[in-house]
Amino acid sequence: MVRVEFLGPIQKEALELDISNLNELAKILQGDAEVSDWLESCAVALNDTLVTSLEAPLKDGDKISLLPPVCGG
Amino acid sequence: MLSLYTGPLDVPTILKEWYEEEHKSNYGAYIPFVGTVRSEDEIDGLSFDVYEPILESWFSSWQEKAKAKGAKIKMAHSKGDVMLHESSYIAAVFSPKRRVALEFINEFVEDFKASAPIWKYDLRDGQRIYAKDRSTAISGSGLLA
Repeated sequence: MVRVEFLGPIQKEALELDISNLNELAKILQGDAEVSDWLESCAVALNDTLVTSLEAPLKDGDKISLLPPVCGG
Repeated sequence: MLSLYTGPLDVPTILKEWYEEEHKSNYGAYIPFVGTVRSEDEIDGLSFDVYEPILESWFSSWQEKAKAKGAKIKMAHSKGDVMLHESSYIAAVFSPKRRVALEFINEFVEDFKASAPIWKYDLRDGQRIYAKDRSTAISGSGLLA
Protein backbone atom coordinates (compact mmCIF):
# COMPACT_ATOMS: atom_id res chain seq x y z
CA MET A 1 0.00 0.00 0.00
CA VAL A 2 1.06 3.56 -0.71
CA ARG A 3 0.10 6.45 1.55
CA VAL A 4 -0.99 9.73 -0.08
CA GLU A 5 -0.96 12.86 2.08
CA PHE A 6 -2.49 16.24 1.26
CA LEU A 7 -0.54 19.11 2.78
CA GLY A 8 -1.38 22.66 3.86
CA PRO A 9 -4.80 23.97 2.90
CA ILE A 10 -6.08 20.86 1.08
CA GLN A 11 -8.84 19.62 3.36
CA LYS A 12 -8.57 15.92 2.75
CA GLU A 13 -7.65 12.94 4.87
CA ALA A 14 -4.69 10.80 3.77
CA LEU A 15 -5.43 7.87 1.44
CA GLU A 16 -4.01 4.34 1.46
CA LEU A 17 -3.92 3.08 -2.11
CA ASP A 18 -2.79 -0.09 -3.87
CA ILE A 19 -1.02 1.50 -6.86
CA SER A 20 2.29 0.87 -8.62
CA ASN A 21 3.05 4.21 -10.27
CA LEU A 22 2.04 7.88 -10.28
CA ASN A 23 0.02 7.53 -13.49
CA GLU A 24 -2.45 5.41 -11.54
CA LEU A 25 -2.56 8.00 -8.78
CA ALA A 26 -3.18 10.78 -11.32
CA LYS A 27 -6.21 8.90 -12.69
CA ILE A 28 -7.64 8.32 -9.22
CA LEU A 29 -7.21 11.92 -8.08
CA GLN A 30 -8.51 13.40 -11.33
CA GLY A 31 -11.77 11.63 -10.56
CA ASP A 32 -11.90 12.84 -6.96
CA ALA A 33 -13.99 16.01 -6.67
CA GLU A 34 -12.40 16.95 -3.32
CA VAL A 35 -8.94 17.27 -4.80
CA SER A 36 -9.13 17.49 -8.61
CA ASP A 37 -9.13 21.30 -8.67
CA TRP A 38 -5.85 21.35 -6.74
CA LEU A 39 -3.91 19.09 -9.09
CA GLU A 40 -2.84 21.79 -11.58
CA SER A 41 -1.12 23.79 -8.84
CA CYS A 42 0.30 20.96 -6.72
CA ALA A 43 3.85 19.67 -6.63
CA VAL A 44 4.37 16.00 -5.79
CA ALA A 45 6.91 14.44 -3.44
CA LEU A 46 7.79 10.76 -3.16
CA ASN A 47 9.22 9.91 0.28
CA ASP A 48 9.84 13.64 0.87
CA THR A 49 11.72 14.26 -2.38
CA LEU A 50 10.03 16.28 -5.13
CA VAL A 51 9.45 14.31 -8.33
CA THR A 52 9.12 15.49 -11.93
CA SER A 53 8.09 12.28 -13.70
CA LEU A 54 4.99 10.11 -13.50
CA GLU A 55 7.06 7.04 -14.32
CA ALA A 56 8.67 6.66 -10.89
CA PRO A 57 7.82 3.13 -9.67
CA LEU A 58 6.09 2.86 -6.29
CA LYS A 59 6.63 0.18 -3.68
CA ASP A 60 4.84 -0.91 -0.56
CA GLY A 61 5.23 1.65 2.24
CA ASP A 62 6.01 4.63 -0.02
CA LYS A 63 4.67 8.04 0.99
CA ILE A 64 3.42 10.53 -1.58
CA SER A 65 2.74 14.13 -0.62
CA LEU A 66 0.81 16.76 -2.56
CA LEU A 67 2.13 20.29 -1.98
CA PRO A 68 -0.19 23.16 -2.97
CA PRO A 69 1.15 26.70 -3.68
CA VAL A 70 3.39 28.03 -0.92
CA CYS A 71 3.91 31.37 0.79
CA GLY A 72 6.36 31.44 3.67
CA GLY A 73 7.61 34.46 5.48
CA MET B 1 20.73 26.24 11.22
CA LEU B 2 16.96 25.97 10.80
CA SER B 3 14.76 26.72 13.82
CA LEU B 4 10.98 26.42 13.96
CA TYR B 5 8.91 27.99 16.74
CA THR B 6 5.26 27.73 17.65
CA GLY B 7 3.86 31.27 17.57
CA PRO B 8 5.78 34.52 17.01
CA LEU B 9 9.56 34.78 16.98
CA ASP B 10 11.44 36.46 19.81
CA VAL B 11 13.42 38.61 17.37
CA PRO B 12 15.89 40.35 19.73
CA THR B 13 16.79 37.05 21.40
CA ILE B 14 17.30 35.15 18.14
CA LEU B 15 19.40 37.91 16.54
CA LYS B 16 21.49 38.13 19.69
CA GLU B 17 21.98 34.36 19.87
CA TRP B 18 23.08 34.22 16.24
CA TYR B 19 25.45 37.13 16.75
CA GLU B 20 26.98 35.47 19.78
CA GLU B 21 27.32 32.15 17.95
CA GLU B 22 29.22 33.65 15.04
CA HIS B 23 30.95 36.88 15.96
CA LYS B 24 34.21 35.06 16.60
CA SER B 25 33.92 32.94 13.43
CA ASN B 26 35.76 35.56 11.35
CA TYR B 27 32.76 36.52 9.25
CA GLY B 28 33.01 40.18 8.31
CA ALA B 29 29.29 40.51 7.54
CA TYR B 30 26.08 39.46 9.35
CA ILE B 31 23.03 40.42 7.29
CA PRO B 32 19.63 39.52 8.79
CA PHE B 33 16.21 39.85 7.20
CA VAL B 34 13.27 40.06 9.60
CA GLY B 35 9.72 39.61 8.32
CA THR B 36 7.06 41.34 10.41
CA VAL B 37 3.27 41.00 9.99
CA ARG B 38 1.83 44.25 8.66
CA SER B 39 -1.66 45.61 9.10
CA GLU B 40 -3.39 45.32 5.72
CA ASP B 41 -6.72 44.07 4.37
CA GLU B 42 -8.16 44.15 7.90
CA ILE B 43 -6.32 41.01 9.00
CA ASP B 44 -5.75 40.26 12.68
CA GLY B 45 -2.63 38.27 11.92
CA LEU B 46 -1.24 35.39 9.89
CA SER B 47 -1.01 31.67 10.50
CA PHE B 48 1.40 29.10 9.06
CA ASP B 49 1.54 25.39 8.30
CA VAL B 50 5.04 23.97 7.80
CA TYR B 51 6.01 20.62 6.27
CA GLU B 52 9.26 19.98 8.05
CA PRO B 53 10.86 17.04 6.15
CA ILE B 54 10.99 18.90 2.82
CA LEU B 55 11.76 22.24 4.46
CA GLU B 56 14.80 20.66 6.08
CA SER B 57 16.11 19.18 2.82
CA TRP B 58 15.47 22.47 0.98
CA PHE B 59 17.35 24.36 3.68
CA SER B 60 20.25 21.87 3.61
CA SER B 61 20.69 22.45 -0.11
CA TRP B 62 21.00 26.20 0.55
CA GLN B 63 23.41 25.59 3.40
CA GLU B 64 25.61 23.74 0.90
CA LYS B 65 25.42 26.64 -1.57
CA ALA B 66 26.38 29.03 1.21
CA LYS B 67 29.28 26.83 2.27
CA ALA B 68 30.63 26.88 -1.30
CA LYS B 69 30.88 30.68 -0.97
CA GLY B 70 32.45 30.54 2.46
CA ALA B 71 29.16 31.72 3.99
CA LYS B 72 26.58 30.37 6.43
CA ILE B 73 22.78 30.73 6.56
CA LYS B 74 20.52 30.68 9.58
CA MET B 75 16.75 30.73 9.43
CA ALA B 76 13.90 30.84 11.95
CA HIS B 77 10.20 30.51 11.10
CA SER B 78 6.93 30.36 12.97
CA LYS B 79 4.30 27.64 12.99
CA GLY B 80 0.74 28.56 13.94
CA ASP B 81 -0.53 32.06 14.63
CA VAL B 82 1.46 35.29 14.47
CA MET B 83 -0.42 38.50 15.15
CA LEU B 84 0.02 42.04 13.76
CA HIS B 85 3.44 43.59 14.33
CA GLU B 86 4.89 40.30 15.48
CA SER B 87 7.50 38.47 13.39
CA SER B 88 7.25 35.09 11.69
CA TYR B 89 10.50 34.89 9.73
CA ILE B 90 14.17 35.64 10.17
CA ALA B 91 16.87 34.70 7.71
CA ALA B 92 20.49 35.72 8.05
CA VAL B 93 23.66 35.25 6.07
CA PHE B 94 27.13 35.35 7.56
CA SER B 95 29.99 35.73 5.11
CA PRO B 96 33.58 36.94 5.00
CA LYS B 97 32.58 39.94 2.86
CA ARG B 98 29.50 42.13 2.63
CA ARG B 99 28.75 41.77 -1.09
CA VAL B 100 28.40 37.98 -0.99
CA ALA B 101 26.05 38.19 1.98
CA LEU B 102 23.86 40.90 0.40
CA GLU B 103 23.50 38.96 -2.85
CA PHE B 104 23.01 35.66 -1.10
CA ILE B 105 20.27 36.83 1.27
CA ASN B 106 18.32 38.12 -1.73
CA GLU B 107 18.63 34.85 -3.68
CA PHE B 108 17.81 32.83 -0.60
CA VAL B 109 14.67 34.76 0.36
CA GLU B 110 13.42 34.72 -3.24
CA ASP B 111 13.74 30.94 -3.43
CA PHE B 112 12.28 30.62 0.06
CA LYS B 113 9.13 32.39 -1.14
CA ALA B 114 8.88 30.18 -4.24
CA SER B 115 9.89 26.79 -2.87
CA ALA B 116 9.81 26.40 0.91
CA PRO B 117 6.87 24.13 1.92
CA ILE B 118 5.08 26.65 4.13
CA TRP B 119 1.44 27.68 3.78
CA LYS B 120 0.12 31.05 4.88
CA TYR B 121 -3.36 31.87 6.12
CA ASP B 122 -4.96 35.23 6.95
CA LEU B 123 -6.59 35.46 10.36
CA ARG B 124 -9.73 37.52 10.00
CA ASP B 125 -12.89 37.57 12.12
CA GLY B 126 -11.90 34.34 13.84
CA GLN B 127 -11.36 32.50 10.57
CA ARG B 128 -8.18 31.04 9.07
CA ILE B 129 -8.24 31.73 5.32
CA TYR B 130 -5.61 30.30 2.92
CA ALA B 131 -3.70 33.15 1.23
CA LYS B 132 -4.18 31.57 -2.17
CA ASP B 133 -3.65 34.73 -4.24
CA ARG B 134 -0.28 35.42 -2.59
CA SER B 135 0.97 31.85 -2.92
CA THR B 136 3.28 30.42 -5.57
CA ALA B 137 3.06 26.98 -7.14
CA ILE B 138 6.31 25.06 -6.56
CA SER B 139 8.35 24.48 -9.73
CA GLY B 140 7.15 21.29 -11.44
CA SER B 141 3.59 21.55 -10.15
CA GLY B 142 0.76 20.03 -12.17
CA LEU B 143 2.33 16.60 -12.61
CA LEU B 144 -0.90 14.82 -11.64
CA ALA B 145 -3.29 17.13 -13.54
